[in-house]
Amino acid sequence: MPKYALYPGCSLETGGIEYGMSSHAVAHALGIEFLEVPDWNCCGASSAHMTDHLLSLALPARVLALAETLPVTEMVAPCAACHQRFAAVEYELSRDEDLKRKVNSLLERPYTGKVKLRSYLDIFANPETLEEIRKKVKRSLKGLKVACYYGCLFVKPPKVVNYVDDPENPQAMDNIMRALGAEPLPWPYKTECCGASLGMTKEEACTKLCNDILKIAKDSGADCIVAACPLCQQNLDMRQISVEKKYGTQYRMPIPFFTQLIGLALGLDPKTLGFKKLFVDPAGVLRKVGAA
Amino acid sequence: MGEVNFSQVMEQNRSFVDKVIEKSGQDIRQCYQCAKCSGGCPGSFAMDYLPNQIIRMLMLGMKEEVLKSQTIWVCMGCNTCTTRCIRDIEVAHVMDTLRQEAIKAGYAEKGRLVTIFNDVFLSTIRSYGRLFEAGLLMMNNMKTGNLFKDAQFGLPMMLKGKAKPFPHRIKGRKEIKNIFEKIKRMEGK
Ligand code: SF4
Ligand code: SF4
Repeated sequence: MPKYALYPGCSLETGGIEYGMSSHAVAHALGIEFLEVPDWNCCGASSAHMTDHLLSLALPARVLALAETLPVTEMVAPCAACHQRFAAVEYELSRDEDLKRKVNSLLERPYTGKVKLRSYLDIFANPETLEEIRKKVKRSLKGLKVACYYGCLFVKPPKVVNYVDDPENPQAMDNIMRALGAEPLPWPYKTECCGASLGMTKEEACTKLCNDILKIAKDSGADCIVAACPLCQQNLDMRQISVEKKYGTQYRMPIPFFTQLIGLALGLDPKTLGFKKLFVDPAGVLRKVGAA
Repeated sequence: MGEVNFSQVMEQNRSFVDKVIEKSGQDIRQCYQCAKCSGGCPGSFAMDYLPNQIIRMLMLGMKEEVLKSQTIWVCMGCNTCTTRCIRDIEVAHVMDTLRQEAIKAGYAEKGRLVTIFNDVFLSTIRSYGRLFEAGLLMMNNMKTGNLFKDAQFGLPMMLKGKAKPFPHRIKGRKEIKNIFEKIKRMEGK
């Protein structure tokens, strides 16, 4: 049974609660075991790395050091923004012994690098798990056209995130969707930025970026955009009303997480997958696959 | 940009370029000015100088213009530039370094909203160890004087069970505080 340390991050219990709910439900159904990192702290997100380089490494390094107390070899962080911060720790500290010493001098428990970061997408998109998923599909998503949206931070820059997927045209989520019976559309905005935290500080810019993504997805014929990051998801889902108002459009585009769709295909109850938590009503999607 | 006497400026600010190179670990002298970084930059439409121009301006020693630019605060760290650079320069990392330098040099006026947000964000981490969204929003709005920013999302977030009314305090709060304080001492702030 695959076993991973899980770093939920601040959003999996709040803004991205449906990502958390569906992740646990799906892991259970697929026999994946998650051990939550004990007493984890916030990774510092973009605020730390915009402000201070050492801080941006020390906060996530404390988490990785705590993960080293668990009986695991790998850790996953479902939030792409958190994932990026841990990837930066691995990348920078494995190349610079001095820096590693400096960061460790800030921590109670030293970070050794024993537990490795693994892409959250990859624990589902690897060939064995895909096979497992295919075998367990009870409610095929046949006929559902999805635009897989990876955002930036799971795939860019490849040498830091250390994940074998094409940073310009990634396939991991597309492969998962195919295994569920859905039809992943080829579309050009898979890794375009949603504006990330600009939603907080420069909203007009964020609104424009979200509008571009929503429009291209709609024009590509998508029934929904599938997200893998709670930050992107929140920008596209919660802010969709403001986008529509500003641009005089009507997308009504549901933005489920990829784990919610896996759960749907595995035949799980949409309620336990947190579909009710989405802002844009996903009823159309549920109806299309016979889950409503 | 106004008029700039390049030979003078270059002489005065040579050390600044070196500092940026050292801090970011990025040898921007390798830049070919191919502008691929700017071509893919999702923030370019809202920037005053494009990412490749910022790199060029750095090389020319235009410290003030760079640190006072809108660009460094529009950049959202998406890493597209870094991914695409043909000379393997981590442009996004350079942007991080420039933001940090702008704050230190007191040039962060254009980034006021960003730095306030970051300060409030980090102060909640320092106190609780984790993010407290509701507190963050309220404090941010108070400090920016924009009281009702995102207020339309508050109630729906609550109703969906997506916003917690109270912060979660981790046990290792003292460890977190130590990290902040040790860094402050190390960097002599
Ligand atoms: S992509 Fe790289 S080489 Fe090209 S202009 Fe940008 S920084 Fe310079
Ligand atoms: S990291 Fe910043 S400069 Fe680079 S492409 Fe993204 S927004 Fe533009």
